[in-house]
Amino acid sequence: MLEKALNGGKLYWTWIGFLLAVFGVGFLFYLQQWNVGLGITGMSRDVSWGFYISQFTFLVGIAASGVMVVLPYYLHDYKAFGRITILGEFLAIPAVIMCVTFIVVDLGQPFRAMNVLLHPTPSSILFYDTIVLNGYLFLNVLVGWTCLHAEKKGIAPPKWIKPFIIISIVWAPFIHTVTAFIYAGIPGKHFWLTAIMAARFLASAFASGPALLLILALIVRKFSKFDPGSEAIQTLGKIVTYCMIINVFFLGLEVFTAFYSGIPGHAHAFHYLYAGIDGKGVLVPLMWLSTILAAVSITMLVFPQIRKNETLLAIACVFVFFSLWIDKGFGLVVGGFVPNSFERITEYWPTFAEFSIGLGVWALGFLILTILYKIAISVKEESGGEAIH
Amino acid sequence: MKIERRAFLKLAGLSAIFGLGGTALASSAKQAPAYIPDPKELAGKRWALVINMDKFQSEADVRKVIDVCHTIHNVPTIPNTKQEVKWIFTEMMENVFPEQEDKFLTEHYKRMPFLTLCNHCENPPCVRVCPTQATFKRKSDGIVMMDMHRCIGCRFCMAGCPYGARSLNWVDPRPYLDPNKINPEYPTRMKGVVEKCTFCFDRISIGQKPACAEASNGAIVFGDLQDPKSDVRKVLAETYTIRRKPELGTRPSVYYVIGGKKDAGKGA
Repeated sequence: MLEKALNGGKLYWTWIGFLLAVFGVGFLFYLQQWNVGLGITGMSRDVSWGFYISQFTFLVGIAASGVMVVLPYYLHDYKAFGRITILGEFLAIPAVIMCVTFIVVDLGQPFRAMNVLLHPTPSSILFYDTIVLNGYLFLNVLVGWTCLHAEKKGIAPPKWIKPFIIISIVWAPFIHTVTAFIYAGIPGKHFWLTAIMAARFLASAFASGPALLLILALIVRKFSKFDPGSEAIQTLGKIVTYCMIINVFFLGLEVFTAFYSGIPGHAHAFHYLYAGIDGKGVLVPLMWLSTILAAVSITMLVFPQIRKNETLLAIACVFVFFSLWIDKGFGLVVGGFVPNSFERITEYWPTFAEFSIGLGVWALGFLILTILYKIAISVKEESGGEAIH
Repeated sequence: MKIERRAFLKLAGLSAIFGLGGTALASSAKQAPAYIPDPKELAGKRWALVINMDKFQSEADVRKVIDVCHTIHNVPTIPNTKQEVKWIFTEMMENVFPEQEDKFLTEHYKRMPFLTLCNHCENPPCVRVCPTQATFKRKSDGIVMMDMHRCIGCRFCMAGCPYGARSLNWVDPRPYLDPNKINPEYPTRMKGVVEKCTFCFDRISIGQKPACAEASNGAIVFGDLQDPKSDVRKVLAETYTIRRKPELGTRPSVYYVIGGKKDAGKGA
C-alpha cells in the first residue's frame, strides 16, 4: 500500500516539500542544541521543562483521542464512524511519534535514552509512559494497517485483530492518565498536585483531538474524492462540544478550590498565568487568548444551528484546538514552575531555536500524517469508502 | 563515538553471556578483589546537618561556606542566573520557608541570607521520579546520590524536588571553571546532566566531615541521626529546630536552628 504515497499531484508534492523544509530547519537547530546543550532554549534552573514537554503533553492527548471514533464504531456499531476510524488511528500514529520525538529532543543526554529500558524503574512514571506510548503506537499501526489492508482487498478484517482493537480502546485513556500522573504526583507543585489532573487531561484531549480530526476530515473532503460523511462530522462536533464544556468546568473547579480556600500556594500559579505577579506576566496575553477562544467556541458550539453549518463548525473547532493548545501545550507546564520552590518568579519564553525545533517536530508529524492519510484515502477512493465490518 | 567504560563493561558482559566472549565466562570465576573501605571512613546510618543560623553573623561567613564547597567540587560559576549550577546557596528566609511568611520577622532575619542545599530526604521525591535510578538513596547511610554517567537529563528530578536543590548543566560547565582552581581530586561534569550536593560522600569515606560543616566554624553540625550520642542529635535534643516543608512528607535531613540559644550546639 505504501506505493500510494508516491502517487500525488503538484499540490501534494509542494506540501511534502514544505514540511520537509520546516523539518530541515528544525533539524539544523537541533544540531546546534546537540552541540551547545539545552542552554540554547529558554528553559532555566527554575522552569526546567518548557515548550518541548508541554507539546509532548498536549500531543499525548491528541493521540489518545483516536479512541473517540474507534470506540463508538467498534463497541456500539456506530456505522457513521466506519468511514473515519482509519483517520483517527492514522492521526494517533504521528501524534505518538511526535510525543516520543519531543521527549528525545528534551533530553540533556539523548544518547543515553535507552537507559530508561536498561534500568527499568517501576517507581518512575516516565518509565510507564515509555511503555504505554510505544505500546499505543504499536497497537495503532497494527490495527490501522490491518483494517485498511482488508478494505483494499475488499474483505472483512481478520478476526484476530478484534482483541487488539479492544485493547487499544482501553489503552488510549491510559496513556493520557499516565501522562497526567507525571504532574499530579509531584509534592510541592500546587498547580499540578490535583486529583482531577487526569480527568482534566482526558476532557481536554477529547475536545482538542476530535476538533483536529474534524478539521482534517473537512480538508480530506475538499482535496480528495473521499467524503468522510456529514453525520460523522456532526457527531464529532457534538463530542467536541461536550468535552470542551467538561474541560472548562474542570478548570473552574480548580479555580474555586484555589481561591475560596485562600491558601496562597494554590492560587499563585493562577495569579501568575492570568494576571502576572510583580509585573512579570509574559504568559498573561496568551492565557487570556485561550480563555476568549474557549468562551467563543463554546458559545458557537452549543447552538445546533451554528454547529450544523460546517464552516462555522470548523471555525469553532480551530478555536477549541488553539485554546487548548495554549492552555495545555504551554500554560499548564510552565505554570507549575512559576513561582519556583522559593516562591520567586523566573519567567520562561521559548527561544527562536527552541521554537524552530518544536516546529520541526510538528512538521515531521504532519509529514507522517500526510503520507498515512494519502494511503488511506487512496484505498478509500478505490473501495468507495465503506469498510466491511 | 566514545564508548564509556561502563558501556564497554556492559557490552563485554553481554557478549560473555551469549558465548561471544569465548572463555570469558569461565575465567570470571576468579574473584575480583572486593572494595576495601578506608579504615578512617566515618560510620553512620543516616547522615544529617544542623545549620545554626544564629552563628552566621554576616554574609561573608555564609559566602565562605559556599565558596569552599563549590571550589572543591568543581561547581562552575555561570553568570547567566537562569543556567546556574549550585550545590549550596543562599535565599532569604521568607523564600527558604515560604510557609512561615511573617511580616514582623526580626530585622536580622529579614536581611540575613539563609543557606540551603539538598536535604537528603529520607523519602526523596527525586529518587522516586528518576526513570533510570541515576539518582538513588544510598542504603548504608541515606545519602541521596547522583550517578552523572547514567543521567539522561530528563529533569524529572528537578520538577520533583520541592526544594530547588538540583541543577542541570544547560551548557558545558568546564569553560566556567577557573583553570587555576580546578580540584583534580574531583571530576568535572559534562553538559546535559543534573547535579547537586552529595553530602561529601567522598570525604566521609576517608574520615572527613562535609566541607561546608568544616568551613562553617561550628555553625553547621554534621552527624548521624540514628546515633543518639551524635553531634546532631545533641543539638536536636537541646534546641528547637525546623526543616523545610515537612508537610510534604519528604523527611529532610537538614535542620535549621533559628533564633535559638546563643550557645546552641556548643557541645558539638
